[in-house]
Amino acid sequence: MYVYDQYDHRMLEDRVAQYRDQTRRFLGGDLSEDQFRPLRLQNGLYIQRLAPMLRVAIPYGCLSSTQLRKLASISRDYDKGYAHFSTRQNIQYHWPKLEQVPDILAELSEVSMHSIQTSGNCIRNTTTDQFAGVAADEIEDSRPWCEIIRQWSTFHPEFAFLPRKFKIAVCGTQTDQAATQVHDIGLYLLNDSSGNLGFQVLVGGGLGRTPVIGQVIREFLPWQHLLSYLDAILRIYNREGRRDNKYKARIKILVKELGVDVFRDKVEKEWSYLENGPATLNEAEVQRCKRYFTPPDYENLPDQDASFDACMTTDLLFNHWVERNVQAHKQPGYRIVTLCLKETGIAPGDVTDQQMEFIADLAERYSFGELRVSHEQNLVLTDVRLTDLPALYRALKSHSLATPYLGLLNDIICCPGGDFCSLANAKSIPIAESIQRRFNDFETLKDIGNISLNISGCMNACGHHHVGNIGILGVDKKGEEFYQISLGGSADRETALGKIMGPSFAQEDIPAVIDKILTVYQQQRQEGEEFIQTYHRIGMEPFKEYVYAKAD
Amino acid sequence: MPKLIKDGAVIANPWELIGRDETLAGSLDRQSANLLVPASLWLENREAFIASGKTIGVWLDAGQSPELLAEHLSELPLIALNFPAFADGRSYSSAFILRHHYHYQGELRAIGDVLRDQLFYMKRCGFDAFDVQDGVKEADALAAFSDFATSYQSTIAEPAPLFRRR
Repeated sequence: MYVYDQYDHRMLEDRVAQYRDQTRRFLGGDLSEDQFRPLRLQNGLYIQRLAPMLRVAIPYGCLSSTQLRKLASISRDYDKGYAHFSTRQNIQYHWPKLEQVPDILAELSEVSMHSIQTSGNCIRNTTTDQFAGVAADEIEDSRPWCEIIRQWSTFHPEFAFLPRKFKIAVCGTQTDQAATQVHDIGLYLLNDSSGNLGFQVLVGGGLGRTPVIGQVIREFLPWQHLLSYLDAILRIYNREGRRDNKYKARIKILVKELGVDVFRDKVEKEWSYLENGPATLNEAEVQRCKRYFTPPDYENLPDQDASFDACMTTDLLFNHWVERNVQAHKQPGYRIVTLCLKETGIAPGDVTDQQMEFIADLAERYSFGELRVSHEQNLVLTDVRLTDLPALYRALKSHSLATPYLGLLNDIICCPGGDFCSLANAKSIPIAESIQRRFNDFETLKDIGNISLNISGCMNACGHHHVGNIGILGVDKKGEEFYQISLGGSADRETALGKIMGPSFAQEDIPAVIDKILTVYQQQRQEGEEFIQTYHRIGMEPFKEYVYAKAD
Repeated sequence: MPKLIKDGAVIANPWELIGRDETLAGSLDRQSANLLVPASLWLENREAFIASGKTIGVWLDAGQSPELLAEHLSELPLIALNFPAFADGRSYSSAFILRHHYHYQGELRAIGDVLRDQLFYMKRCGFDAFDVQDGVKEADALAAFSDFATSYQSTIAEPAPLFRRR
């Protein structure tokens, strides 16, 4: 994991002092509400329906046990003893007090954490695949590159007041678990035909009320030019992005209005002024960053274990959990374990202070003291010995953390929705719960197989509903909460936006509608076909017909 | 009188700002020897302004391209960039472009909704004078330039990014 040096620490301390002073001036009347708003937003502080909400960055999803313990103690000391993992590798506190936020930031800075640029019209937390560095299908570890981007984007003086928020994702794996193509900039690591490392650069992706898949503006950008090219894209956007209408202010609208070719030409022209300038990355810096992400001290282990095999045959629940939540690892004898934070009755992504401390202990005992946070709102122990899986499973089970749902219907991505968020049209957490209650049997879920179900409480799409195989969107109809369902979305290398199935439904009808959709799939699927594949083969019509059929 | 900050001190502002709707004649009638003229008015009447014997600077609005002035930079001791609202960040990029692409060496001044909490970033983008809004406390504004001891990026104020200095 990246370790802060004196410069990084100093910058964080300066930031805490700056925000403390800004809060003081706001409370003392020297800063107006309007003047203070962007300042608090750039420190992750929203004013929500019930209380302020503080969003803390977990840069590209990497977290240490020490940091997680700090997050737990903050939730206990300043909040109600729990926190919420968001869909962007951030964690959110829903009940902090505005005047205490500087103290929270000071506590975070003790463990090299912060809430810098987690909101506001600026460059947000850079995200990546949660399996970076350990995935069996990895092209290149994205974490050093994310760290390089984190530093470049942190307090970038030119891009603190963009037309709108700006999100960058980096992906170094084949599968892409980072939803890269629905980011303002998506970067795929790749090698060219001579083996040189670089990036394919996509721009203009995004969800929200106008969902768009990013388009390629550079097939291959040599790594040396990463930062200057980002500068060029951002400069064009900062100058030319629309500022007259916040719903048309994202870069995706600019790219659409100009056309991707014109946009590319502008970026290339701008970049011609910057090429080989001082922002050009050098080998020394890349090596410096890479040193923090070298593999831990793996033992030389066989890739099988008799006691593990025995547990697999005798303990069915363990077997289920391994089948779903444990993935292959680069290193023989090790596995990647995902803790699915989707226990029925608990808001997806929510964890208590005790769970956080317990998970921190487990990470220390079983996974070199490090964890990852995924955009699917789960936690990952990346380096667990195969022999430790039974013991880890028992420990997780005792704290309701062994839900064997990973990648199944109940592994729902869900925003906080109308229960917390002032933007929401409708609640989302109770919808997730009603679906989880209806489909609570592992065999049923397993039979349905790999599927993503994403729920957003409004068209801002924090729950990524557009890219769920099944997407649910809360809408307001004359003051009542209704839910629109879309099918066919996906967020992997084959990113697709879901299509709306038809008229929306009342909250109480949702579980039955989901049931009908799945029935069509189960009836029509061919051998080995996942939901999304069946959908692509048979299209929307059969689903629509069955769901909206009048009862005879 | 609004405060002008330059070189770390609050100084008197000898420049008279000409509004965007004013005319050539109206501008030249002013008493002041230093006029800060809208870029479009100046571009249309460049010869007349030169002939007037007054010292002329120009100001660009946030939506105007710095390219407009590219050919005349050596004639301009002062360019001001407007912030119609402090949250409108376009002029940060204009400042960078003038300094970096066009090598502008004169005074680059931030005007408009210029507040304490943006001064640090403005300076890094190449501004060296700041026409701060009324209501901002002098001590607060002067303190802004030391908000951070160091920064990561390559900027006008410090072209070498931190990775070349650490």
